[in-house]
Amino acid sequence: MRKTRRPTITPAQLRGLTQARYSRRDTLRFAGLSAAALALAGCGVEGQGQQAPASENFWADKKSNGQLRFANWPLYMDPEKPELKQFTETTGIEVEYSESIQDMPSWFGEIQPLLANGDDIGADLMVLTSGQELNKLIALGHLAPLDHDQLLNFAEFAGDTYKMSAYDYGNRYTVPYASGITGIAYDPERVGREITSLKDLWDPEFEGRVGMFRDPQEIANFGLLYNGVDPADSTPEDWKAAADALKKQRDDGIVRAYYEQDYVQPLTNGDIWMTMAWSGDIFQVNAEEGTNLKFVIPEEGATLWTDNMTIPITAQNPVDALMLMNFFYNPDIAASLAEYINYICPVPHAQEVLRDKAEELSGEEKQALEDLADSPLVFPTQSDYAKLHNYVPLDVEAGEDEEFNSTFQAITQA
Amino acid sequence: MTRLRSKAAPYLLALPAWLWLGIFFVVPIIGLLWMSLMTGNIITGFTPTFNVAVYPEVVTTYWEQILRSLGYGLAATLLCIAVGYPVAYWIAFHGGAHKSTYLLLVLLPFFVTQVLRTISWKFLLADNGLVLGPFKAIGLLPEDARVLSTAVAVVFGLAYNFLPFMIMPIYAVLEQVDHRVVEAAYDLYASRFHAFVHVILPLSLPGVFAGVLLVFVPSSADYVSASVLGGTNNTMIGNIIHSQYLVNNAYPTAAAITFVLMAVLLIGIFSYARALGTERVMEVQAG
Repeated sequence: MRKTRRPTITPAQLRGLTQARYSRRDTLRFAGLSAAALALAGCGVEGQGQQAPASENFWADKKSNGQLRFANWPLYMDPEKPELKQFTETTGIEVEYSESIQDMPSWFGEIQPLLANGDDIGADLMVLTSGQELNKLIALGHLAPLDHDQLLNFAEFAGDTYKMSAYDYGNRYTVPYASGITGIAYDPERVGREITSLKDLWDPEFEGRVGMFRDPQEIANFGLLYNGVDPADSTPEDWKAAADALKKQRDDGIVRAYYEQDYVQPLTNGDIWMTMAWSGDIFQVNAEEGTNLKFVIPEEGATLWTDNMTIPITAQNPVDALMLMNFFYNPDIAASLAEYINYICPVPHAQEVLRDKAEELSGEEKQALEDLADSPLVFPTQSDYAKLHNYVPLDVEAGEDEEFNSTFQAITQA
Repeated sequence: MTRLRSKAAPYLLALPAWLWLGIFFVVPIIGLLWMSLMTGNIITGFTPTFNVAVYPEVVTTYWEQILRSLGYGLAATLLCIAVGYPVAYWIAFHGGAHKSTYLLLVLLPFFVTQVLRTISWKFLLADNGLVLGPFKAIGLLPEDARVLSTAVAVVFGLAYNFLPFMIMPIYAVLEQVDHRVVEAAYDLYASRFHAFVHVILPLSLPGVFAGVLLVFVPSSADYVSASVLGGTNNTMIGNIIHSQYLVNNAYPTAAAITFVLMAVLLIGIFSYARALGTERVMEVQAG
């Protein structure tokens, strides 16, 4: 239990997710204009469109080295790393943990040239968000195919939703670390009514008081769902229609600004009254600043994104990485991670573990753990999952992402 | 031998600078130009196809953001002159023994990264923040008045971030103004105003000229202010380059926009230098 972290948290606050770790579009880091270097490396820039080798070939000559380098996002594991200590105790494998991933585009820009050269990126296991960069890394053959014979915990304990993802059906390259929801956050006092629908984000009553996300994948989903289109089945025509709806929302003056991870402060300040939001941020700000913001999954649906464990093709210790992946799917360990992370846990069984653990505790601690186990934002029900959609699946090899991005960037970057 | 060495000395001393420029500016610039003429995507790879069509394409798509960037840059520069000149003047002529302290104060914001400085502005400029809040409280501003997420916020943010680049060169020039020249003007019955307009101001123009360059160029190409302080329809060209490069991995497009921006800025600067008569300005400085 992290008594030190949140001593006075209310159940409502605890129910949700925590930290603002999701700085996926940290515009402010321009990870070196390496295009020039790329261009000079040869007359052209080689495409690496080949697929990764088949699983058997990759794993044939690999063995455990007793060590492992794990690159993760900030605030995605208890600073004491109890789970990693336990892993080292059981397996003897030493883990070097780093919080080197701040946002996907920068991380992609950092590792892609190295992977293209076949160089080590300094990590054997990394956590990547489902999205265009992940699609690209898979298409470029930069990720190792997973050996599921070594991932028996995953086979047994992973939730079904996480075995059928659109971005990596059958988990050839990825297994989830944690998931989260993009929904609507609002300040009930200012809004003055209950928000239930995406239509509220288009309501002229809130002119200049609505925040939207700048990320093309995030805003696209909301535009599509507003139009009643399932992102998974959307066509370029649907994208245009969604963009038109979003353009109208902008031109009617309803949108105050397009945000990245910087939307929380304007919401607490009252500059905006409602906004697209990552559930974890809202619960954290409620816990820390005593605000009373609400987070809802709109009735038309919302976005489910997943952060995945992956092994770069140039990993020096891939077997050890695979073992850690498997270890994290042990329900006890998954429960322990969920206690800190408070995002959606991909291991439904961890709910039981948390309830059992709560039984042994008393008072506030017991309540806190029970609330965590009962939270639909950590262990969503089937009906919750039915409302959650992945990002639009884009065929990056066919260059679909270009049309998609330019369609939505024309709205957010006018 | 000695003579040869003494002749070569300046060149040898300048060598590190030339190497630096050559390796870290000229080479990447040529690479960037080459990149801009390629087609493809990151999966299939980029091949050089001498696709010059990318240039008219980016100009037609992004002319609005380019013009806006120049406009914001210009506004920020004028704001910097208006705010920075008096500050530089005051430090140079009335700073007394504490000149270096004042200069340090001017530079102090630079000890905090630009990103954090800009983000702190969000707090200041919030609808009910430190700047607007009091005015609203006493009824001088309507309840729904706002600065954040508007062009005004972006321009002020730019001006704030680059202000020291305006103050420093103006100060450097004013500091060197010979006081006897000013006294001579007074002796010839010039009022304070006339002495300023006819003596000090012309003498300080080289500093203003340098300041304008140092502020206008980086603020036109900036992407932090617009992304943090801007709202809808405040996107600057720097933001476009940023997302083309990092989000879309459209390296040729990003490279092409970079060159268009560079060309526009260079043309702007040269016509500005010509209009102002740099040579004369330089002469003044030398004299």
